[in-house]
Amino acid sequence: MIRTATTVAAIGLAAALAAAPAFAEEARPAPPVIGPNVSTFTLANGLEAVVIPDHRAPVVTHMVWYKVGAMDETPGKTGIAHFLEHLMFKGTEAHPEGEFSKVIADNGGNENAFTASDYTAYFQRVAKEHLGLMMEFEADRMANLRLTDDKVLPERQVILEERSMRLDNEPSAILSTSMDAVLYLQHPYGVPIIGWREDMEGLDREDAIAFYDRYYTPNNAILVVAGDVEPDEVRALAEATYGKLPRRVEPVRPEHPRPGLIETPRFVEFADPRVKEENILLKWVVPSVTTGEPGTSEALDVLSEVLGGGSSSRLYRQLVVEKKVATAAGAYYRGSSRGDASFTVYAVPAPGVTLETLRGAILDVLAETAKSGVGADEVVRAGQRLLAGAIYAQDNQATLARIFGSALAIGQTVEDVQQWPARIEAVTAEAVNAAAGRLDPARSVTGYLRVPADLRG
Amino acid sequence: MPALAVRSSLSPRLAPLALRLLTLLAAVLLLAGTAQATTVQRVTTPAGIEVWLVEDHTVPLIAMDFAFRGGASQDPAGRPGVASLLSTLLDEGAGDMDGPTFQRRLDETAVRLSFDAGRDAFSGHLGTLADRREQAFDLLALALNEPRFDADAIERMRAQLLSSLRRNATDPEEIATRTFSRLVFGDHPYARPVEGTPETMAEITRDDIVAYREATFARSNLVIGVVGAVSAADLGPLVDKAFAGLPETAKLVEVPEAAPTFGDTASEALPNPQTVIRIGTGGLLRQDPDYIPAYVLNEILGGGTFSSRLYTEIREKRGLAYSTWSAMVPLDHAGLFLAGTATRADKAGEVVELMTAEIRKMAEAGPSEQELAATKKYLVGSYALRFDSSAKIAAQLVGLQLDGMPIDYFDTRNALIEAVTLDDLRRVAKRLLSTPLTVVTVGPTSS
Repeated sequence: MIRTATTVAAIGLAAALAAAPAFAEEARPAPPVIGPNVSTFTLANGLEAVVIPDHRAPVVTHMVWYKVGAMDETPGKTGIAHFLEHLMFKGTEAHPEGEFSKVIADNGGNENAFTASDYTAYFQRVAKEHLGLMMEFEADRMANLRLTDDKVLPERQVILEERSMRLDNEPSAILSTSMDAVLYLQHPYGVPIIGWREDMEGLDREDAIAFYDRYYTPNNAILVVAGDVEPDEVRALAEATYGKLPRRVEPVRPEHPRPGLIETPRFVEFADPRVKEENILLKWVVPSVTTGEPGTSEALDVLSEVLGGGSSSRLYRQLVVEKKVATAAGAYYRGSSRGDASFTVYAVPAPGVTLETLRGAILDVLAETAKSGVGADEVVRAGQRLLAGAIYAQDNQATLARIFGSALAIGQTVEDVQQWPARIEAVTAEAVNAAAGRLDPARSVTGYLRVPADLRG
Repeated sequence: MPALAVRSSLSPRLAPLALRLLTLLAAVLLLAGTAQATTVQRVTTPAGIEVWLVEDHTVPLIAMDFAFRGGASQDPAGRPGVASLLSTLLDEGAGDMDGPTFQRRLDETAVRLSFDAGRDAFSGHLGTLADRREQAFDLLALALNEPRFDADAIERMRAQLLSSLRRNATDPEEIATRTFSRLVFGDHPYARPVEGTPETMAEITRDDIVAYREATFARSNLVIGVVGAVSAADLGPLVDKAFAGLPETAKLVEVPEAAPTFGDTASEALPNPQTVIRIGTGGLLRQDPDYIPAYVLNEILGGGTFSSRLYTEIREKRGLAYSTWSAMVPLDHAGLFLAGTATRADKAGEVVELMTAEIRKMAEAGPSEQELAATKKYLVGSYALRFDSSAKIAAQLVGLQLDGMPIDYFDTRNALIEAVTLDDLRRVAKRLLSTPLTVVTVGPTSS
């Protein structure tokens, strides 16, 4: 088996379990609970906090998640959320640029940050005795960021290089970006998180400060601490640091209409000499855990496993093993988002097979699934695969921190996360069939990554 | 003079009282905290196989890593890629189960099984719930001892690897690595790509795969590390189930010590907006007495923190790149020192000069006392971060054994780092960074 990153992506809210799931053949015990020891508190200034104890090593993972991301940008200023994330490392009134990083390094910690469509997060991993110090610095830059042009302008070059590295150097990323623009239309999920290059080139200090002032406040942030801690000590440290910050602003996240459902299939093609191997993607807009009725997102999780999660899946078996029209095939769905999500099917053609033929074969599998429905055994096995991800996540405090942080940042609760295995186990074949009905070819966007015609052997 | 941003700072710095409270709390936490040492047991199974075990029943999981010395260096000379193809096939059918059936069994038991071919070792990983350990080791035993290598599985996996080779043909980082290896290693096995080439991957036969496995899967070249909820007594029979049936002695082809040559420059054309740069020279073998000082030196020059010299000069000051790094690469038969980055194509020349200048500056003057102190503090303090998951610890147990490190290394490593002096670093910097550099660039031809 060759694992591709995409097969693992199907796990939406996987996390720790209190009890092990059983075989399909045996009587199943009560559904496991993710993170049974997780607790929460909220400070007077609105900062929400989550504590995830794991005492196996004297280490903590300290994260702050802001409930703002690329989707909150305004046209013409795309890329500012990610740019601000970079600029948050440029110093505050009390602590000049580099001091926080130096303190982290001096104390043997690691740090980083990331920007997504729905949220932006900053984190450090340190020996547990340095947690208070990390909170002091993180709280400081939540309120006291100080930017000057000589800090901002070189960093603008850095993000342009980052865009080149991640996007413009990568034909598959170029295609993906175009597909999302076509799929999401006027919805901001159609804008790359790094930003449109023309916008990025014009972002300046005022833009960054305006975004910071609009969204970076304790009442728009979630603190997540995982590791060798107990809730009381985390609370005490949080009160002494974050607790001293006033609510700066009441953030208003722009509302976006759901992307329109268009009933004509759309096609995006990118042919480039750097492409040595063609592939096809099909995408649909589907409900997420936020926009869908209860149970819909879990049914889509299971559907993505049934259709394309690993080598027992329908797409892999039929396209790769039986018909041999593909060397790889799968599906994925990431339902943990504020807006509507996308459901993706992908395949790589076997030599001599055209992308159009492969598309036909994919649609045949989908049509067959829609017509005859899925079997109960497929549903159970898909559920087991999803829950396996949850089992192994409990080995890693940083993974648990990300799972809870990302869920709460889109408006889920700790209990929502804890009960995810139960909701997965409750998914019925009927629900999966209903989910499959959403994958109507008429509503799809197809992406073709092509070797240019004149270069084909 | 640039205008200062006027920030309306609504909240003052932390008041002195709050800071005293923090210090007090920190002290309390230090006293209350348990300093957990990671105890490694040397276990000998009933069949006489050695396993390094870290027993921890907190989480009901078991993580096992293992490796057979040899790896891609044992591929037949004209046919690189055999180990790589083999690594995809062990879980694609074994015993009575064909590929899809074996995969389904893994799904049903939530057992994680994977294999990987590296330059000097063929490795594997087994993850399981503690209460599924019998089934997990049964599946591993089948994969290792009775793989089927069915024709359709071979063709399916070959097609996937060919697909990946095609994609990598235009990946600038992959091109840089391949070009660099070819330039410095000449005729040595290390010049051959671990994944093979599209030509060689197309030619590998079932006999090649069987022969590789029969020669290299043995007890004499095996190392194992286990972490998790299992006792030594329970572990022994499980390990024996998987490994005791293998031949006693591996039939490894001797790999000569490499004598890499440095100083060449090569440029590969790729129409990207960025140019990938790879610079390298000789490094050290893991067992070299200077290895730890060299490791510390590398951390200062281009290691993982935001304060390395390369990061500061190239990204921080000039915004010329997103990622810039250096690394010690101790292979079994050669040591390398590498540095790399990716930058705008029209700045590539400037960046190569900057990186070269930083390397030479370090060779001539070494680091400062302050850099040494800060880096030691970081390396010592961050060591604990490598121990917060079973998977990480299991990987380290195998790494230690492959490198010939002692079983108490986890306890002594920090003292080794603390013992490094400025004189050590100056000496090692001259030793490693004064030699000719090989420079590879991958980008548009006009850069």
